[in-house]
Amino acid sequence: MLPRFWRKIKYRYNLIGTKCENCNTYYYPPRNLCPKCRRKSKIVEVKFSGKGEVLSYSVIHEAPENMKDQKPYIVALIKLEEGPIITAQLVCDSSEVKKGMKVKAVFRKCGEEGSAGVIYYCTKFVPENL
Amino acid sequence: MVGIVSYGTYIPIYRIKTEEIARIWGENGETISKGLGVKQKSIPNLDEDTATIAVEAAREAVYRAKIDPTHIDAIYVGSESHPYAVKPTATIVGEALEVGNYYFAADLEFACKAGTAGIQICYSMVKSDMIRYGVAIGADTSQGAPGDALEYSASAGGAAYIIGKKGVIAEIIKTVSFTSDTPDFWRREGKPYPKHGGRFTGQPAYFRHITSAAEKIMEELDLKPSDFNYAVFHQPNGKFPVRVAKMLGFSKEQISPGLVVPYIGNTYSGSSLIGLAATLDIAKTDELILLVSFGSGAGSDAFVLRVTDEIENFERKPGVWEKIEKGVFVDYGMYVKLRRKIKMGD
Repeated sequence: MLPRFWRKIKYRYNLIGTKCENCNTYYYPPRNLCPKCRRKSKIVEVKFSGKGEVLSYSVIHEAPENMKDQKPYIVALIKLEEGPIITAQLVCDSSEVKKGMKVKAVFRKCGEEGSAGVIYYCTKFVPENL
Repeated sequence: MVGIVSYGTYIPIYRIKTEEIARIWGENGETISKGLGVKQKSIPNLDEDTATIAVEAAREAVYRAKIDPTHIDAIYVGSESHPYAVKPTATIVGEALEVGNYYFAADLEFACKAGTAGIQICYSMVKSDMIRYGVAIGADTSQGAPGDALEYSASAGGAAYIIGKKGVIAEIIKTVSFTSDTPDFWRREGKPYPKHGGRFTGQPAYFRHITSAAEKIMEELDLKPSDFNYAVFHQPNGKFPVRVAKMLGFSKEQISPGLVVPYIGNTYSGSSLIGLAATLDIAKTDELILLVSFGSGAGSDAFVLRVTDEIENFERKPGVWEKIEKGVFVDYGMYVKLRRKIKMGD
C-alpha cells in the first residue's frame, strides 16, 4: 500500500471533506458514512473555505524531535465556518493567539523524512489579517 | 488578445535589516544599505519553501481570476531554489490548485528570470490554442553565503501569473529575449550557496542584457521610453534598476511603483514579477508597461504590456505594498535559524 501521506495528499493540500446531504452535517477529515444518518447517509465531497476561528489551543513547549526548531508552537482547535472542528498548527507568535481569533488556511511544509527524504506539505492556519 | 488574466503574490512575513547583517560581519551597515539600495529583506519561515510560496501566490491568482481551476492546462514554476533537485514543484502547485491531471507542467531554472521564461511559454501555448489558461510562477527562497555580499539581498517571495485569452487585464503585445553565455553567477550541483564573478560583472551581465532586450523590443514596436507609463526591471539591488532605467531614458516616476527591492530584497525569480504586480496594482486602462527581467548566465526577457479596461473590475487587494508593510523584524540569530544555517548535532 502507498504511504499514508501520499494517499492523503488531496485532503491535506486542500481542506476537502465531506457533507451528509441527508442532515447537512459537514465532516473533516472526510467520512464515508454519516454517523448520525448511518444507512440513510448521502455523502458528497466538499471543499471548505479555509476560514474559521480558534475554539481552543495549546502552546507546545515540549516538542517532539522533528518540531523542536519551531517551539513554542501552537496547536489549535479550529472551528471552520462550515461547522467541522479540526486540529491544526496555527502559525503565529504564541503571545498573539486567543480564543475566538479569526484564522485562515495556508499551504505550508509540515515535515520531511530527513534532508534526503520526501517533503510533506499540508494545511496550517494563520491569523486572518495576515 | 493574449495576456495576463490574473496575478497573485506572496511575500513571507519575516524581515531582517541590512544593518543587522552588517553588525555580525563587522561592516558599516549604513554604508552597505546605501551602497546596495537595500534597507531590509524578507526571510521564509521554517515551514515555507519555494513550493509553499508558489502555491500561495498561485492560489491568490486563481481566486482573483474567478476561473475554474480545471481550465488551467499548463503550470511552469521558475526558481533556483526548488525544494527537490529531482521532483517537480509544478506538480505540487497543480495538486494544490486542483487543476486535475491533464496539464502540461515543468520546473524551470534560469537564475532570476525563470519566472518570465514561464510566462513566455504560457503565452505561446495560449496563442497557439494548445491551452486555455497557463500559470507561470517565479518563486524563490534564495541563498547567500554567510558574510558574502549576496547575504544582504538574497530573499524570499514569489508571484504567479495566469496567461490566457479571456478576461485579459494586460495584453502582452510582444516579448523579446536577449541571451548569451555569460558566467556572472552560478551554483554548482550539490552546493548550498551560489558564487559570482564579483563587482565588475554588472556591465557585461545585467546592464548589457537588459538594455539589449529593452532597446530591441522598443525598436521592433517603434516605441520610446516616454511612450510608457511604467517600467519594471529586474531588481538584484536598489541601485541597478535605477541606473539601467536612466541609461535607457526612463524616469524615476516610471519605475518607482514597482521598485520593491529596498524593502524585501532580491526575491530572484520573483523579483521583476513582484515589481510588475506592484505596478499592475495601480495601473489604469490603456497604460503601457515595459517589463524586463534578467537571469544570470545570462539572459533578459522583455515584454510590452498594454493594460485593458478589464483591470478596473479586477480585485487587486491586498496590494503588494500592503504585504511589504506587514513585515516582522528578526535578529541575525533568528535569521540563521530560519534559514537553517546552524549546524545541528546528530
